[in-house]
Amino acid sequence: MISMIQVRLHGRGGQGTVTAAELIAVAAFYDGKYSQAFPNFGVERRGAPVMAFARISDHTIRLREQIYEPDYIIVQDPSLVKVEPTVLAGINNSLGILINTEIKEWPQIKCKKIVTVPATKIAMEKIGKPFINTAVIGAFAGMSGLLSIDSIKRAITERFPEKVAVANIAAMEEAFNFTKK
Amino acid sequence: MKQCIEGSHAVARIVNLCRPGVISAYPITPQTHIVEDLSKLKADGEGDFEYVRADSEFAAASIVLGASAAGVRTYTATSSQGLMLMAEVVFTISGMRLPVVMTCANRAISAPINIWNDQQDVMTVRDSGWILLFAEDNQDVIDMHIMAFKIAEQTKIPVMVNMDGFVLTHTFEPIDLPTQEQVDNYLPKYVPEPGQYLDTENPVSLGCFATPADYINIRQDLQNDLINSKKVIKKEFVNFKKAFSRGSSDLTEYYGAKNAKVVFVALGSVVGTIKEVVDEIPDSAVLSVKCLRPFPAEEIIKKLAKAKYVAVIDKSISLGNEGVLATEIKATLRNSKTKVQSFVAGLGGRDITRKMVGNIYKQVQKSSSKLTFIK
Repeated sequence: MISMIQVRLHGRGGQGTVTAAELIAVAAFYDGKYSQAFPNFGVERRGAPVMAFARISDHTIRLREQIYEPDYIIVQDPSLVKVEPTVLAGINNSLGILINTEIKEWPQIKCKKIVTVPATKIAMEKIGKPFINTAVIGAFAGMSGLLSIDSIKRAITERFPEKVAVANIAAMEEAFNFTKK
Repeated sequence: MKQCIEGSHAVARIVNLCRPGVISAYPITPQTHIVEDLSKLKADGEGDFEYVRADSEFAAASIVLGASAAGVRTYTATSSQGLMLMAEVVFTISGMRLPVVMTCANRAISAPINIWNDQQDVMTVRDSGWILLFAEDNQDVIDMHIMAFKIAEQTKIPVMVNMDGFVLTHTFEPIDLPTQEQVDNYLPKYVPEPGQYLDTENPVSLGCFATPADYINIRQDLQNDLINSKKVIKKEFVNFKKAFSRGSSDLTEYYGAKNAKVVFVALGSVVGTIKEVVDEIPDSAVLSVKCLRPFPAEEIIKKLAKAKYVAVIDKSISLGNEGVLATEIKATLRNSKTKVQSFVAGLGGRDITRKMVGNIYKQVQKSSSKLTFIK
């Protein structure tokens, strides 16, 4: 078992990439793990590529460097795969990549495990708006087995007002079941 | 209770638990979340302090100066250009012996404009007569804030807690946030001494004019008190450790092999990454300088004099010379055979990786250049 798991998230400004990394860290903490989440802020504007990082470990995390060889890569906007070279950087030894997309085939990506989830579609159905980050976290939990559903629910409930949380939990569970099977 | 929260949010919560009377600040990245959360605590009725919105950092520092002179516990926070704008008042606060506590969310200085982390900002006020603490992680950050008020109020010297911008301010990680009762047990209510604050019952003047007959004496008093404050800081580190079962009992923390051949020296959050490297290299160690002013020279001599090589990693530079801490370590170790070199890294947010630290380990043993930029 690897003692520390490193996750790198890629999205665009406004998609909640940083929030997603934070929710992963909080959920992992509720699962009894040590965790860390931090952003790589570029110039802050809507639509610009954004990166965020999460670490989950059995031990205290002292490391502060960014994540160059992620165990998992999460892509919130599939257009980034083509235009943003950092998305696939250090993928050679990754355990898996998760992409928010309805396109199932990604021949240009070389990775042990490529998982796709229609998170935008799920978010539109369950939340009514393209707020994808909770669906993406559910899909990540489903594909990696690293986070419990109960801890993600708790993290979401604490983060958002009740009504918003309920809709986001529904999206998260739908995406979890999608990638778990 | 252990919680996984953002560094800035943790600072706002702990400052509130320290029961300040007046807070004034002006928002600046990456300090913003701290003052946003404090003003939210106030607006939600959870904070029992006056929150004074300032129209600049100069005003914010002046407001806490005035409030502190009126005899209440005060707090402010800033970064980078904000600290530059405060600079005049920063010197005045320490000169007037006001126990203000400030968080500096460390960030690079313009130009070129840059919002990311380094420690050039605090170095520009290094000689201002403040006590300067540096936090390694967010637990350190909140613990140092509780101690900061107690140290400042005992010594009548202001304290600045330095936390690396973004690297700590924007990071979620587990911390143990004390309860109100725990904080109250450690940090007593602030009672200023008569004659130390503006009081109509006991009129005094503060911040007076001093002629050549007095000025140098007053400066010498501040110097002596700062040097003597090392004892108070150490005592409070020890008291805190007893009360909370965590933290350092020294002003510097040595980690790694005993009598290591190569010792890294650094300030703040980069120590965490260096510790990871030290665990991989058997004859290496790191010295984390938790208090830069007053300068813990005796501890540094004791802990470093036997090292063959010392690599000082600065996130700041005295332009025209070398890394700021490197100069001080060299001067401190002048009577030992230790070879000290300056490495400047992480300026303007450049990530400091384990690989870079590993390279410094090799370079310090073979290179003789006075200063090396790590990029």
